[in-house]
Amino acid sequence: MRNAFADEILKIALEDQRIVVLSGDIGNRLFDKFKAAMPERFHNCGVAEANMISLAAGLASSGLCPVCYTITPFVTTRCLEQIKLDVCYHNMPVTIVGTGSGLSYAALGSTHHSFEDLAIMRCLPGMRVLAPADAPELRQILRSTFDQSAPAYLRIGKKGEPVLTEGQPFHPNRWQCLREGRDAIILSCGTILEEALSAAENLSASGIHAAVWNCASVKPLDFEALSSLPPAPVFTVEEHSILGGFGSAVAEFLSFQLSAPRVHRLGIPDEFLHDTGEQHESRIHCGIDSAGIMKAVTAALR
Amino acid sequence: MNEDLEHIAREIRFRLIRLSHEAQSAHLAGALSCVDILVALYWRILRIDPADPLARGRDRLVFSKGHAVAALYAILAKKGFFLEQNLARYNQPGAGYPEQPCPGLTPGVEWATGSLGHGLGVGLGMALASKIQKNPHSTFVVMSDGECQEGSVWEASMLAPRLDLSPLTVIVDFNGWQATGRSREIMQMEPLAEKWTTFGWDACEIDGHSMQEILAALESPRDHRPRAIIARTTKGKGASFIEDDNNWHYRSPTSEEVERAAQELKVAT
Repeated sequence: MRNAFADEILKIALEDQRIVVLSGDIGNRLFDKFKAAMPERFHNCGVAEANMISLAAGLASSGLCPVCYTITPFVTTRCLEQIKLDVCYHNMPVTIVGTGSGLSYAALGSTHHSFEDLAIMRCLPGMRVLAPADAPELRQILRSTFDQSAPAYLRIGKKGEPVLTEGQPFHPNRWQCLREGRDAIILSCGTILEEALSAAENLSASGIHAAVWNCASVKPLDFEALSSLPPAPVFTVEEHSILGGFGSAVAEFLSFQLSAPRVHRLGIPDEFLHDTGEQHESRIHCGIDSAGIMKAVTAALR
Repeated sequence: MNEDLEHIAREIRFRLIRLSHEAQSAHLAGALSCVDILVALYWRILRIDPADPLARGRDRLVFSKGHAVAALYAILAKKGFFLEQNLARYNQPGAGYPEQPCPGLTPGVEWATGSLGHGLGVGLGMALASKIQKNPHSTFVVMSDGECQEGSVWEASMLAPRLDLSPLTVIVDFNGWQATGRSREIMQMEPLAEKWTTFGWDACEIDGHSMQEILAALESPRDHRPRAIIARTTKGKGASFIEDDNNWHYRSPTSEEVERAAQELKVAT
């Protein structure tokens, strides 16, 4: 995913003079082609994320479209006030890209985990919050970002995510129904999609037909999709705390509906993860791997 | 030779004292300390057209000590960015001149500040944009000494020289006080100019109430480095009973005190 980001932002910037990439000393060699092609529009801001965000806001105030790129916790919670005040309060078109989000760097521990970024970013007025599932979707979201002249937060993985959305019709802020089913609705947010699709496949073998939606847009939610779901229990899946993130956003919206389905939020429990291994083992630990999702759906339908 | 500017500064100071009385607003003393700096900038240095305050090629002034924005409002009014009578709206709800600046609300206010340590980074962005877009203009950031305790200031100060942002100037209104005490007693501030020099800036230290020294520091020839001006000032400068008394970080003057200030500043009420 990060290679797709570097490749796509290079292509966009070659066409769009407004793009400036700022990195927080990350992406070793990732941006070599960008730097060679447009040295004046790539700046490594050092291990100093707060300043990177303020600087981006200053660039944006002059009509540029800066992209701030580093590991998710360092480009979100570390520099939150700069995002709140310099970017969102001033409604500056700054795109914040958090790489290695969720459990991508599970083995590195809590310093590199980001389980609270969706919650925090989505309560900033004016901020759009997007979590693409794979590289093709990231490319499309990135392109659509710069048309809107407003702050955006993109939460991406690291590398090697399977391609799952290729060929799907893309509309900014709309979710994609990748699998039909009337017994359960799985709303998957971000790179966890592979587990959701696998769970639905395995559930069908035992006669449970689960729909799977790919929900990259956390803010705004796809209100149209949410309002037209068939009457079945909803399962939200995300590599994020069960508090405040995508599942919470869905539950908040559905709480207004007169005949709302039950919402089961699957994600990281409200605790720090210690020594839970790599991404896959940690997904298992949290019950958001394919088998864990399957188990949750089966138990709820019993 | 700068008598005209010194006269303007006295008028602005009295306007601020009266404004603090009328609006019952705090932070008077920190506004008074930076008046000479702002007068020098707005009357001699900045290329900003009051009739077109968002012109692409304008100079940028980021007033980072947002708590003292009354000083900026008074300056902008006198320069004609808006009607002087609008100052009566200061700190009135919904009137366009809030106690701390808001984005896009008040003509001539470049950036909304109030949380310290943001302005310098934003100024770096504006100065870098000027280079990238080949849109030559200067960028100035006015900060407080207490503000220099924010880590983000030093993040920015390490990056600016590396980006060769020579048209960037930071002016520290070093009035020696912060919210609860003398800044030197709260953090190891000194030697402040030396810190900026070693961080790669063209730094100097001046009397922040001497119009001659302020102008010399702003106008002297530049090399490739960004410039830092440590302006030694007196908090509450202009009225003897306000000067160097930190109670005036919070309180506003009575009508008798306004009269007394008028006499001391030799301005007509």
